[in-house]
Amino acid sequence: MGDRLFAHLLAAMAGGVLVITAAMLAALTVGAWPAIRKFGPAFFASSAWDPVAGDFGALPFIYGTLVSSAVALGLAVPLGLGVAIFLSELAPGWLRRPVGFLVELLAAIPSVVYGLWGIFVLVPWVRATLSPPLKATLGFLPLFEGPPLGIGMLTAGLILAIMVVPFIIAVSTEVMRAVPTSQREAALSLGATVWETTRAAVIPYARSGIVGAIFLALARALGETMAVTMVVGNVPQIRASLFAPAYTISAVIANEFAEATDVHLAALIYAGLVLFLVTLTVNILARLLVARAGRGPGLIRE
Amino acid sequence: MPDTTQAGVAVTADAAVLIDHAAGIEAQDVHAWFDRLHVLRGVFMTIAPRRVTAIIGPSGCGKSTFLRCLNRMHELVPGARSSGRVLMDGDDIYAPGVDPVQVRRRVGMVFQKPNPFPTMSIYDNAAAGLRLAGERDRRVLDETVERSLRAAALWDEVKDRLGRPGTSLSGGQQQRLCIARALAVSPEVLLMDEPASALDPAATLRIEELARELARQLTIVIVTHNMQQAARVSDVTGFILDGELVEVGTTDQIFTRPRDRRTEDYITGRFG
Amino acid sequence: MSRSYLRRRWTDRLVAGVTFLCAVAVLTPLFLILFFLARTGVGALNLDFFTHLPGAAGEPGGGMANAIAGTLLLVGLAALLGVPVGVLGGTFLAEYPTSRLAGVVRLLADVMNGVPSIVMGLFAYTILVLPLRHFSAAAGGLALGIMLIPTVMRTTEEIVRLVPQSVREASLALGIPQWRTLLRVVLPTAAGGIVAGIMVGLARIAGETAPLLFTALGNRFWNWDPLQPIAALPLQIFAYAVSPFEDWHRQAWAGALVLVSLVLGINIATRAAAARQVKLR
Ligand SMILES: Nc1ncnc2c1ncn2[C@@H]1O[C@H](COP(=O)(O)OP(=O)(O)OP(=O)(O)O)[C@@H](O)[C@H]1O
Ligand SMILES: [Mg+2]
Repeated sequence: MGDRLFAHLLAAMAGGVLVITAAMLAALTVGAWPAIRKFGPAFFASSAWDPVAGDFGALPFIYGTLVSSAVALGLAVPLGLGVAIFLSELAPGWLRRPVGFLVELLAAIPSVVYGLWGIFVLVPWVRATLSPPLKATLGFLPLFEGPPLGIGMLTAGLILAIMVVPFIIAVSTEVMRAVPTSQREAALSLGATVWETTRAAVIPYARSGIVGAIFLALARALGETMAVTMVVGNVPQIRASLFAPAYTISAVIANEFAEATDVHLAALIYAGLVLFLVTLTVNILARLLVARAGRGPGLIRE
Repeated sequence: MPDTTQAGVAVTADAAVLIDHAAGIEAQDVHAWFDRLHVLRGVFMTIAPRRVTAIIGPSGCGKSTFLRCLNRMHELVPGARSSGRVLMDGDDIYAPGVDPVQVRRRVGMVFQKPNPFPTMSIYDNAAAGLRLAGERDRRVLDETVERSLRAAALWDEVKDRLGRPGTSLSGGQQQRLCIARALAVSPEVLLMDEPASALDPAATLRIEELARELARQLTIVIVTHNMQQAARVSDVTGFILDGELVEVGTTDQIFTRPRDRRTEDYITGRFG
Repeated sequence: MSRSYLRRRWTDRLVAGVTFLCAVAVLTPLFLILFFLARTGVGALNLDFFTHLPGAAGEPGGGMANAIAGTLLLVGLAALLGVPVGVLGGTFLAEYPTSRLAGVVRLLADVMNGVPSIVMGLFAYTILVLPLRHFSAAAGGLALGIMLIPTVMRTTEEIVRLVPQSVREASLALGIPQWRTLLRVVLPTAAGGIVAGIMVGLARIAGETAPLLFTALGNRFWNWDPLQPIAALPLQIFAYAVSPFEDWHRQAWAGALVLVSLVLGINIATRAAAARQVKLR
């Protein structure tokens, strides 16, 4: 009797996660409803952002979110996979724990601290040290057009890369370590070097988990708020140049929400709902991929 | 001992084209440790070229460890260490300056559980060793894959589905695929660590025939728990107990007139 | 030795070197951040910082006493929601690991962990701030509490699973019902690990800013009423960092130093404690 009751209590608490997720979807949809009704899907194609006239479109924010995340992943994926390969296959045993621990610390630093450091250290560095040579060598590309202000897409991407790389490292290291020894030994016994073993046996085996790790980092990058808000420049525009200031979904919510009313408020919640749905999907995909990696690749090509 | 067909299985061994040299091995005072656990305590053993040498002994006595000392796989286990000399055709594979990667090219290995690469097709599995060595020529790859699959008596069963995953094969076929994979890099010695222990009796028989067949071209060392298997397949048998080589001799002699009391106890099933 | 073989060996070394450099590159920002925190933050810290309210805009002096207290209160409120739901839910996942519900909850908990924190703020806003018509510590606590649940749930699950079956059986064999066995025997056995998980979770939410922006909002004065806006250390750091005043920048660094010391301190301490426990076993 008591047992049944208690089991139900536990189940109810666990089910709380389900309830909260559903409630979040419902509450955000209700909050966004005025904007959804007014703008519909055109919200994603319009660049208007006029609180006075009550006309809103999220395109520049979506653009900023996607591009800053792309820059971040472009930097974080190769670096993170490099570190994961180092930690899982190449590093001497005594180095693995401390490096892994420091990577964990990197993930533990609060976003606002990254932002603070971004404003006062990274932005001046990007402006004075990183941008001039980029401009001198690659300035003919539209990507590096215009004056390097320090704040802008490039810096946002950089700081995002620093913030998401621990997730790539942690998850890929884990899935690579989980590759059975027999797979490594198969390659080694053929006369493969350590790197060849990693390339031929370990990485293919862990592939889906590594993709999952990248998705996980992508979700983080898409939704990361404070640090980006503090360095991205907060100008809703679509520019090819990475030197130009930009704006992201989460940044505009962070900056304008507390003062917004009516349709403006609903439009911000609409943007937040989209962010929620996208990160939810990306995260679910990531988890399924990582879980599949745990079972091994099985029959992949039929 | 018959060296070709049994149970209606035609073994189309074609290893002659692959392997041009079979090495003899001489283990001298081989010791091995896992951390502080002293697992091999000074093994001396001569392994003749183009023969099947069986290593028998109770579980945990160090058979696998000894085998893994012969291609320098033992040192890959964290905390593992070894000492002594292992001469291949007179040259010590543990001599300073010898690269273990090179040693492993000359000494192939087949493991207890079939371990084909699951993300690779049958063809790619067989070609894996050559590709690692940088071979890109499609004709060479095609030829070698076919020869090694033939040598592993697998060609006829898979020639129509080389593009299918290696893991789509039955356990026995997977193990022969692993043998083909090892043969494709033209090893001089093939180490087999209980290669049939995960297989059913029919598949086991095929692996045994294959081992006999292959011994015409290269040197085979096979670890087994199964005394009938050792008797069926090997020319020479060594008996290891607690990390020491108790006795080695022709298989015939070991199984009919063991010199050591402990060997006799073991093969008559009084312990182990 | 063949040329191709030499090339392979050099490739191996090259990859080892490159991946090592990747590790150096990834960890450099960590050291830089710690370095700047130490250099700028330590100089900016003083007793006033811990005991005074913020000064008027642009005037030097003042501190973040109310923000530190606010963060503690917010974290406490979050714990009220996150700890019971997380611990009991995690116990469910460990005790009924194969149930359908457990499978779904496990996935969703992991997924929630990756949902942007600002979305949690939006949610708390729509269900608490809008109906009550003003910003409040409670809304901030709700947003942080929701973020706490998945972390606590998953660590609790892991730890409770480690409790040996024999411990359970010993109690059940005495005729003690399963629910009392769980509460009196299993959870206490796992308590150390669960507390460690809770601490790491609390450290994480203590540094969150985005979910507080339009829930707790921030406050220049003392507040202990959960239904009123309240200051928080991360909010204060943000506000000061983007302000135009030199002295506030200085104080933002000081605040960041305090926050990071707190977060990293808890992380390192729980890790050390966990390592010691493992050694004792
Ligand atoms: N990776 C390892 N770490 C520590 N000890 C090991 C390891 N592998 C094997 N050992 C120990 O070394 C000893 C010899 O092991 P080995 O695998 O060589 O035995 P074996 O004769 O092959 O046994 P089996 O017939 O069961 O395969 C055993 O006592 C075993 O416990
Ligand atoms: Mg063995």
